[in-house]
Amino acid sequence: MAKTLVQEFTKGLWDEIPPFRLVLGLCPVLAVTKTVENGIGMGLATTFVLVCSNILVSSLRKVIPPKVRIACFIIIIATFVTVVELVMQAFTYPLFLKLGIFIPLIVVNCIVLGRAEAFASKNGIIASLADGLGIGIGFTLALGALGAVRELFGTGILTIWEKPIQIFGPSFQPFTFMIEAPGAFICLGLMLCVMNMMGSK
Amino acid sequence: MGDYIVLAISCILINNILLAQYLGNCPFLGTSKKMETAVGMAMAVVFVLVLAGVITWIVNTFILQRFGLEYLRTLSFILVIAALVQFVEMFLKKSIPALYAGLGIFLPLITTNCAVMGVCLINVNEEYTFLQALVTSFSYAVGFGLALILFAGVRERILLARVPKPLQDTSIALVTAGILSLTFFAFKGMV
Repeated sequence: MAKTLVQEFTKGLWDEIPPFRLVLGLCPVLAVTKTVENGIGMGLATTFVLVCSNILVSSLRKVIPPKVRIACFIIIIATFVTVVELVMQAFTYPLFLKLGIFIPLIVVNCIVLGRAEAFASKNGIIASLADGLGIGIGFTLALGALGAVRELFGTGILTIWEKPIQIFGPSFQPFTFMIEAPGAFICLGLMLCVMNMMGSK
Repeated sequence: MGDYIVLAISCILINNILLAQYLGNCPFLGTSKKMETAVGMAMAVVFVLVLAGVITWIVNTFILQRFGLEYLRTLSFILVIAALVQFVEMFLKKSIPALYAGLGIFLPLITTNCAVMGVCLINVNEEYTFLQALVTSFSYAVGFGLALILFAGVRERILLARVPKPLQDTSIALVTAGILSLTFFAFKGMV
């Protein structure tokens, strides 16, 4: 079981990339990926919470009594979510408004609690840091990719650094279905299918 | 009275929590493989969501707002929900064992169901009155149950169909959910 730090980090990028390999934390994945920016913003917020809670859970793992561990983890996670919420309200207010209730809902994102329970409570601080960072970046990439596909087909425009870029030219008819709820489900389902096809080779 | 009916219909059908608001999707996919588990989960959610909606409304209005502690909302709501779920579990085990056996393992899972937390936050953000909060909590929960049970019925049929290998399991479930969501989409603009 002696995995190197690099392995702990890179497994989150492909082998266990959420939400494709670990089908957890779907709500933010479906809800905030209307545009690339929202997706990546949400991914980074989740990454921050994931890394901080992993570090704290790992450093307190010998102090927390096993019977009430889940409650302790939730309090740790909720604290960091409050931090993210206040920081985003102060510095990235437009994004904060767009993500809305999905920022406080990071508390109940199963990925964060899942990593705390499955990894951080059993491993050292540095390994937990690598694990949190890897899973977080994988999650951000996945959200960004899904956001890109939906924004591209839904509006024909990709917004990067607040600059809209017309991809398909003026005669493109926006496929509005993609940025609405049904498009989110179907798009994620098909992306999962593509991942399965690549994995089975 | 009419207002409450409109509110209830919009929560159940138009803004259906699973298919239009994207909340609570983990249990939606996790417990919809069999009809029995779907019904159990739906019942447990109705039970807990109504209680949680009412209690978090009280906590928010009489404790957080009165003392200017709104920044503790996330932390206090999750604690209230976790404690409530634990309490409901112990209470049911002691006093109504039949119902406890029915809901079984679904109760603890509800703590991390974002539908519960989400509805509590929506109630607060929309600044609903107590009665409105009660109505929305109940109707969102009914909408959750409706979508979950419908979806479980469809999924049982999918088991009989021949699905291409890469699309199997979660992938086809998501596509099906998308089509189901499309039908709920038709309710938009009804109210």
